Amino acid sequence: MQGLVDKEGRSRYLVNLRVNGDEYTVAVKANTLLVNVLRENLDLTGTKKGCELGDCGSCTVLLDGRPVNSCMVLAVEADGHDITTIEGVAQNQTLDRVQEAFVENAALQCGYCTPGMILSAKALLARNPHPTEEEVRFAIAGNLCRCTGYVNIVKAVLAAAEKS
Amino acid sequence: MNLPDFAYYVPQTPEEAVELLVRFGSKARVIAGGTDLLVKMKQGLVAPEVVVSLKNLDRLKEIGTSEGGLFIGARVTLNELINSPLIGEKYASIAGAAHQMANNQVRHIGTLGGNLTNAVPSADMPPILIALGAQAQVTGPAGQRTFLLEELFLGPGRTCLQQGEILTGVVVPEQSTTGSTYLKFGLRRSGALAVVGVAAAVTMADGLVSDARIVLGAVAPVPLRAKEAEKTVQGRAFTPELAEEAALVAAQECRPISDIRGSAEYRQDLVRVFTRRALERAVREGHV
Repeated sequence: MQGLVDKEGRSRYLVNLRVNGDEYTVAVKANTLLVNVLRENLDLTGTKKGCELGDCGSCTVLLDGRPVNSCMVLAVEADGHDITTIEGVAQNQTLDRVQEAFVENAALQCGYCTPGMILSAKALLARNPHPTEEEVRFAIAGNLCRCTGYVNIVKAVLAAAEKS
Repeated sequence: MNLPDFAYYVPQTPEEAVELLVRFGSKARVIAGGTDLLVKMKQGLVAPEVVVSLKNLDRLKEIGTSEGGLFIGARVTLNELINSPLIGEKYASIAGAAHQMANNQVRHIGTLGGNLTNAVPSADMPPILIALGAQAQVTGPAGQRTFLLEELFLGPGRTCLQQGEILTGVVVPEQSTTGSTYLKFGLRRSGALAVVGVAAAVTMADGLVSDARIVLGAVAPVPLRAKEAEKTVQGRAFTPELAEEAALVAAQECRPISDIRGSAEYRQDLVRVFTRRALERAVREGHV
């Protein structure tokens, strides 16, 4: 990872990220969080900031296919890795089956948790195409929703699994 | 919530990491997963001027058989513990403990080494690893040293690691035990710290308990071996009454405090209940 030092002596690092299939190089300070690179440098504001302490899951992205809280990852630590945000889920203007199932099952109200919820669900179905209700609940335990009570979210994930 | 500024180093070898930590002393902190460190930095509890990343130290990411047992690198994530076939085959109770921690996103980033070296009394990995007799492997300015994991912990947030030392991993010895488990009581099923955690590892021979280790979490400044309770079961036939007798002894041995998650009295009674359950489970179900 290449470093740059400005005239005041502050270091920046050139971080390479593959985000939703596109390659980016961004110059960041060591203390820049991945969530801020996504939202501010790359304008991918579908990734939300909630608690910013790793509890709520609204900033969930997939790092090499695994759900992580992007508020708890330094951008420099993500150098060279593959990131999927909610913007990378729909393909060619067509919603993914998990997104469709969320719409069909009214699994969102305010929508703030939805990007993270969908990415956690996507990661679960990639590893376990036919989860039980218990497995769905366990997989989304790190994504807090304050509107729905989770019932329709769980239903949507199970319905998406049925579609496969 | 932003982080304060710091200088960032990515050593390529453990020796280089040690050299950096010696050079910067108390100004430096190590980052493994960062799920504890970054929270503390955001909350202003620590403000290191230098952060030393362990991300390129490949040895610390390994899980593999080593002389006398299984080596688990300090930078192995909690989900890697859960998904490792080597751990699942012989040391399923380690995976079982990791499974009860935090949430999926945190388990993908949070590491074994972080859970150990943060030395939080309610941490979930120390009790089961101590029950299985794990050794801590440490690299520092004076070279490598290995010692019993239970000796790592000195108090809340305090370990015996010296300036410049890093935990490289743990070695879990080949087990003569016949069963082990970790049971946790949290206020929610996910994302909750332990109010009480109890690990038990037992060796059964001809219906008698030939050996037992009972380790209590969240009820003392450090993970606590319930040595009197261990003695209570030794050499005796295992019965529900014996489990209850040992559980009562363990409840007397623990030294809990009252806090937002539970009163000292409540914790003491939970130790009784969970010690009984952990012993019964380890005896009946093996390593789970």
